[in-house]
Amino acid sequence: MSSAALLEIIPLRLRSNPWISLWLAVFAGTIILMLAKEAVPLAFKYPSAWKLPLDVWISSFMKWLINDLDFGLFTFKEFTRAMAWLVEQPYLLVKSLLSTGFLKGTGSYAVQVFPRVSWVALIAGLMLLAHYIKDWKLSALVGACFLYLVVFGQWDSAMVTLSSIVIAVPIGIVGGLLMGIVGYRSPRFRVVLMPTLDLMQTVPVFAYLVPILLLFGFSAVSAMIATIIYALPPMVRVTLLALDQVSVEVVEAGSMAGCSPRQSMMKVLLPSARHSLMVGVNQVVMLSLNMVIIASMIGAGGLGHDVLSALRRLKIGEGIEAGVAITLLAIALDRLSQAYANRSEPLHAVGQQSIWARHPYSLTFAGIVGLTWFLGIYFPVLDTYPESWQITTGSFWDDLVRYININYFDVLEGFKNFLLLNIMIPFKRFLLALPWISVVAVVGLGGWQLGGKRLGLLTASLATFMAVVGLWAKAMVTLYLCGMAVIIACLIGIPIGILAARHDRFHGFVSVAIDTLQTLPSFVYLMPVVMLFRVGDFAAMLAVIAYAVTPIIRYTDHGIRQIAPHLIEASQQAGCTRNQVLTKVQLPLALPHIMLGINQTIMMALSMLVITALVGTRELGQEVYIALTKADTGRGIVAGVCVAFIAIIADRMINAWASRRKRELGLD
Amino acid sequence: MSQAATPDSKASAQSEPSIKIACKNVWKVFGSNSAALFDADGSVDRQALERGNYISAVCDANFDVFEGEIFIIMGLSGSGKSTLLRCMTRLIEPSAGSIQFDSQDLLKVTEAELINLRRHKMGMVFQHFALLPNRTVLGNVELPLEVQGIAKADRQKRALEVIELVGLDGREEYYPRELSGGQQQRVGIARSLAVEPDIWFLDEPFSALDPLIRREMQDEFLRLQNVLQKTIVFITHDFEEAIRLADRIAIMKDGAIIQIGTPEDLVLNPATDYVEEFIQDIPRARVLSTASLMREVAGDTFAGSVQAKSTIDAELKRILNADQDAVFAVKNEQGDIIGALPRGLVVDLLTVSKRKQ
Repeated sequence: MSSAALLEIIPLRLRSNPWISLWLAVFAGTIILMLAKEAVPLAFKYPSAWKLPLDVWISSFMKWLINDLDFGLFTFKEFTRAMAWLVEQPYLLVKSLLSTGFLKGTGSYAVQVFPRVSWVALIAGLMLLAHYIKDWKLSALVGACFLYLVVFGQWDSAMVTLSSIVIAVPIGIVGGLLMGIVGYRSPRFRVVLMPTLDLMQTVPVFAYLVPILLLFGFSAVSAMIATIIYALPPMVRVTLLALDQVSVEVVEAGSMAGCSPRQSMMKVLLPSARHSLMVGVNQVVMLSLNMVIIASMIGAGGLGHDVLSALRRLKIGEGIEAGVAITLLAIALDRLSQAYANRSEPLHAVGQQSIWARHPYSLTFAGIVGLTWFLGIYFPVLDTYPESWQITTGSFWDDLVRYININYFDVLEGFKNFLLLNIMIPFKRFLLALPWISVVAVVGLGGWQLGGKRLGLLTASLATFMAVVGLWAKAMVTLYLCGMAVIIACLIGIPIGILAARHDRFHGFVSVAIDTLQTLPSFVYLMPVVMLFRVGDFAAMLAVIAYAVTPIIRYTDHGIRQIAPHLIEASQQAGCTRNQVLTKVQLPLALPHIMLGINQTIMMALSMLVITALVGTRELGQEVYIALTKADTGRGIVAGVCVAFIAIIADRMINAWASRRKRELGLD
Repeated sequence: MSQAATPDSKASAQSEPSIKIACKNVWKVFGSNSAALFDADGSVDRQALERGNYISAVCDANFDVFEGEIFIIMGLSGSGKSTLLRCMTRLIEPSAGSIQFDSQDLLKVTEAELINLRRHKMGMVFQHFALLPNRTVLGNVELPLEVQGIAKADRQKRALEVIELVGLDGREEYYPRELSGGQQQRVGIARSLAVEPDIWFLDEPFSALDPLIRREMQDEFLRLQNVLQKTIVFITHDFEEAIRLADRIAIMKDGAIIQIGTPEDLVLNPATDYVEEFIQDIPRARVLSTASLMREVAGDTFAGSVQAKSTIDAELKRILNADQDAVFAVKNEQGDIIGALPRGLVVDLLTVSKRKQ
């Protein structure tokens, strides 16, 4: 083809698709900027003189809140401390019941007035509960998990942790339920609520630890408040979704029966939505457990404190034992709440029954509690598991790590250096070398193309915010680490998901593995990677991948499996081989779903990335973490909001694409 | 609008029936800012309606429902029949128009008055039963009484009565998921009747059921109506069901009511081709009365007599068994001969193509 013919074709194509010319313009602009770097320094480095001192303002506001705000009768600080006291009372009660027993006096002069619930009684109670909810298998699982706590000497710490969970979870559930109900009733409140939830779920926890610390002090209550803030948003979302999903006819039936709005909520909507609401309860439980370690930074004792202090002293073995304890606690509570959510409904009762027949479980439990309390006076074993019977595997883990590091150091180090030098560092340099203006243009144009002008404006201004507050370079490092981790997670996760979708036995295996991985608190992932690769970007990236790979596997598997069977049958009948079915039917149709999985992976990667700041990365997470150690509210919040903005940009763009694609495919 | 809103012959033959519900110029338009389409007196800006991005689910509906009749609104999916029903109960707020309920303007009552009306005067049955899964049969039927604040013993007594009325006694402690579709709808019917409503709304109550069960439930419905004599607004997409159950039928298409009449009116005088499409496959002998087919008496000798009000189908065996050129006398309720029905006309009705040329 002659060059003249080419020239004729290009403008035609450009006219038919204006996006191409826009993208070319951005690309050309970037090249020009890169070539003329010296001429326009402000395109590369946002001038520090123009920096918005948002962090300073926030910190001063916080100081004013704590030191100067006075309502006349009481100050703001007294108000928050009073609230903390209010939450503390039920916590102390539960803690006495589970952990310390009821004491009179303080310190070493304390006299136990009434003993705590013995480990025998608590385990028996939970096993009975599991049997009541589901079956003896669940009962055995729960029993085994809690028995670990006893045998490995984690019981006391675990009970402190459990106490705060027992208080935080109901508050989170009720709070989330109420916010969800108001959001369901009032579309205006919902308009405010949704972006607030987005921020709450994307701002890293570290960022709001500081203000909570300043307002409520270093205590278990502060930790619980942070936990509640962290665990509440999913409950609000689930409530909204569950209420929206109640069949219109059922709501109408309630109205036609003459329900007032309140009756409609209490007698019709909430009971009909109860199954979906239980999903939210499960989420609150899991997120609360995920917070256990982070919460110990602002005063939660228990298992989280044990893990954190072991990590700081590099006592890998101790850390692992406490970490496993948290994991087992999480698994037990997760399975219990899930089983409760999926519980088969009762059938009609037959005739009149005795008290014993109607309440076999509660009566047995009451009996066991009473008996162990009584017997505990004579046999202390029942009350406190003797230390001499405890076992520990701590030294085994320490030895194992030492062995691996001595014998495989070169292999591991070589692998790490190869990836760092050839892929990770060049990618990082590339991102850092880009002019910020170009990146803003790319993000804005992408948003515009995927979701219209409003989205483009949103994404561009969120990106600009990061430059304006002077955190551009750290944001780019965050993007680099997160991007690398997500790409690798996809390379691992998508093939696994495809395999799981095609082989039922593998699917079963993968489901169990994913379920277990998702129950692990994010901190637990840090331990093995630090053991093997020490601190730095590489270790951080591995932890992020391990944490964030689960959704992409799940969504790929589910996306392929949910395709209507008649489409598969039709393509098989048309003579497609298995691979052709995959590439021509399954993958294209599952792509929107897979993209939503990638979106989830990005969200999880970002949340994990902040935690990896503990192992020495240099990105926004580190900024947040430094702010935490210096108790600098403004700095932490601004950096945290930047992380949230990255998450929101990715989320909005991917969702815009996926929903448009789903519409095009007629899948909605 | 080609609307033949004549009161049906059956009703007008009796003493003047009282109007239970009167719908005047009822509109429901979906779309952003659809309220701007209507002025204060409820007239619509038709040009703006056609230009804008609106969906008119109900267009200018006018009809009366008489006390004690079964009024059926028939239309295919998307015709706006369910929306119209929900406007009549104010589950959906109409865009314009007025709905008189016992000479009270339903669209002007307050929220509290509306709740009160629903608690005491309205009952509704839903297509997919809309039972609460967490409550037993008894609990579901009790709900409308419970929300009124009636004492437990009283409301259970009343609920058990209606459960027995619909033939579910013995099942009151069952949960809905333990019942078949037909049984579940019986619970829905019992719930809607628990408060002894004045007016009974049924939104495609039998559409979700198997054909055999549907038939059984239709019979059950007619039996209940014989006992209860409610004013009924019944929605269906099934023309045969409408013919079978209705005193009068309103046919809807694209939000508009295109014809209102007795089943016989519709079969004899379909207003549009659309209505004609429906009546094509209807066995006419089952719908038409002997009176609709008779001619004037012209010195005939009668082989027997038939009642003017009964359908051809009911008299068919006797007519067909007579001689080829037999003529029957058609008598009204007083026993006067009002016309003559030759056997040949009946044979023609059964054999000639149903489609009018």
